[in-house]
Amino acid sequence: MTSTLPAQARFRYVLRLADTSLVLGQRLGEWVGHAPALEEDLALANIALDLIGQARLLLAYAGEIEGRGRDEDALAFLRDAPQFCNVSLAEQPNGGFGRTIVRQFLLDAWQLELYEALAGSADARLAEIAAKALKETRYHLRFSAGWLVRLGDGTAESHARVSQALAALWRFTEELLTPDALDEQMAAAGVAPPLATLRPRWEGRVAEVLEEATLKRPEAARHPWHGKRGVHTEHLGHMLAEMQHLPRTYPGARW
Amino acid sequence: MYTQALDSPIPDARPGSPAGQAALERRFEERIERDEKIEPKDWMPETYRQTLIRQISQHAHSEIVGMLPEGNWITRAPSLRRKAVLIAKVQDEGGHGMYLYSAAETLGLARAQMLEQLLDGRAKYSSIFNYPTLTWADVGAVGWLVDGAAIMNQIPICRCSYGPYARAMVRICKEESFHQRQGFEIMLALARGNPEQRAMAQDALDRWWWPSLMMFGPSDASSTHTAQSMRWRIKRFTNDELRQKFVDITVPQAEFLGLKIPDPALRWDEATQHYLTGPIDWSEFEAVLQGHGPCNQERLQARRAAHEEGRWVREAAAAYAAKHGGLGAGPRSASCITNPRAQGSVHE
Repeated sequence: MTSTLPAQARFRYVLRLADTSLVLGQRLGEWVGHAPALEEDLALANIALDLIGQARLLLAYAGEIEGRGRDEDALAFLRDAPQFCNVSLAEQPNGGFGRTIVRQFLLDAWQLELYEALAGSADARLAEIAAKALKETRYHLRFSAGWLVRLGDGTAESHARVSQALAALWRFTEELLTPDALDEQMAAAGVAPPLATLRPRWEGRVAEVLEEATLKRPEAARHPWHGKRGVHTEHLGHMLAEMQHLPRTYPGARW
Repeated sequence: MYTQALDSPIPDARPGSPAGQAALERRFEERIERDEKIEPKDWMPETYRQTLIRQISQHAHSEIVGMLPEGNWITRAPSLRRKAVLIAKVQDEGGHGMYLYSAAETLGLARAQMLEQLLDGRAKYSSIFNYPTLTWADVGAVGWLVDGAAIMNQIPICRCSYGPYARAMVRICKEESFHQRQGFEIMLALARGNPEQRAMAQDALDRWWWPSLMMFGPSDASSTHTAQSMRWRIKRFTNDELRQKFVDITVPQAEFLGLKIPDPALRWDEATQHYLTGPIDWSEFEAVLQGHGPCNQERLQARRAAHEEGRWVREAAAAYAAKHGGLGAGPRSASCITNPRAQGSVHE
């Protein structure tokens, strides 16, 4: 089934998964040494490490599909923002701990559903990577949902802070659940799940945790952003400038 | 080393002991003589307890502050493999801080109090972390030299007379030697790289060599507490002995890398079978310990900012726990997801 798909389409789809993990892992890496307590420092570093690990497996696979000799580092460090295919939510700045937790929870809940479905993908290699990532994502969600509930149902201040973060980031969630042509092509080939099947599961899990956190689901409109098609927010360019500066300053150097 | 400030006098040492104390002290000394481990509930002289609290908490603070100079390069590591290794390394340092705070807590001081002493400037941490990491090569140099020096000091602490400290150190040493090899590997890649990378490696060695030698603390002639700590078997070698071992091991490694140690007086001495170094600038060491190093302000500021900005988070966790029955209470929605790994929790 998958062999009938154009390599370019499979390449782009795997990059979406890879870049989302990479960009989110890079953001969490900014926290290390600065978290509210030592335990959270360790947990955020742990999640960052898992996400970078997922990105490496996926980028290496994307490079193989593309067949132009680009390895994980060529793809991570030598593409510019418009070639990145992560969902826009992943690149949003850390803000405070509350905003980081909201971003993490919304994405963890989504990656959980996505990886669960991808573990049964017609693409065996992708299925294998997803099965590994799924185990990690269960832990990530446990951490982020646990903190969202504590912050939402903690003090008046924490409730206010986390509500504000939720309101600010909610607009990026539509992109997670709205399929474009590539998503549909992958679903038709049995490589990826139809995003329509993910929506009710994601909505259900989010509603359950928000309720326990005594948080209201934001009313804000959820316009689809287009990070996965390479149209990003202003934040990604800055992140990449920092992340890519060494390989770009010393072209061809080995580290 | 990570506990250089121990070489200053202990403010609350109480000379003289009440009647009856003498027998306890004699028994304690005999146990030390027999190389028995002292455990948390055993009787121990107050100065032994205070020395250990200061040493272990300084060591813990050094691990935590030490996360900052290396953490500085996580977002800029030049390959994904290097990024992953660096995150894991900095995470290990945080883990070391946790075991060490726990070991110090067995002596009766809570982690929150130790943290307070760090943040208000009363407690010290290793001078080495007040130097900046300016290029990627510094990440290599820190692993190679700083972790190399740390191992030299910490391996003997695996046999320290205080049980919890000795046991924490066994685990820490295994991880540190891994970090040291990773640091050396970064230096090796740079040394075999292009001319700019080789210059970067040499520049890092130039800046980290002397501060690394200072990590072992003042020379034996001016170290006031070495003798007592050695008698109590908290310390097994003097500062100068450890520094010499480090120099003897590191000089050939620098040669292997094709890098030059920035010491014109450095030479091999046939008679003693050791490398002899030029004089260390102890005024620089004193200045850094007194808070005048290149990054003292930045390091403490970063720790204070993390603590202050995290206050509302810790308060929220405490409020949630109070409402829902203790710190162990996890949210319902999280419990439906099964995973053996522990959930993060907040102390204090």
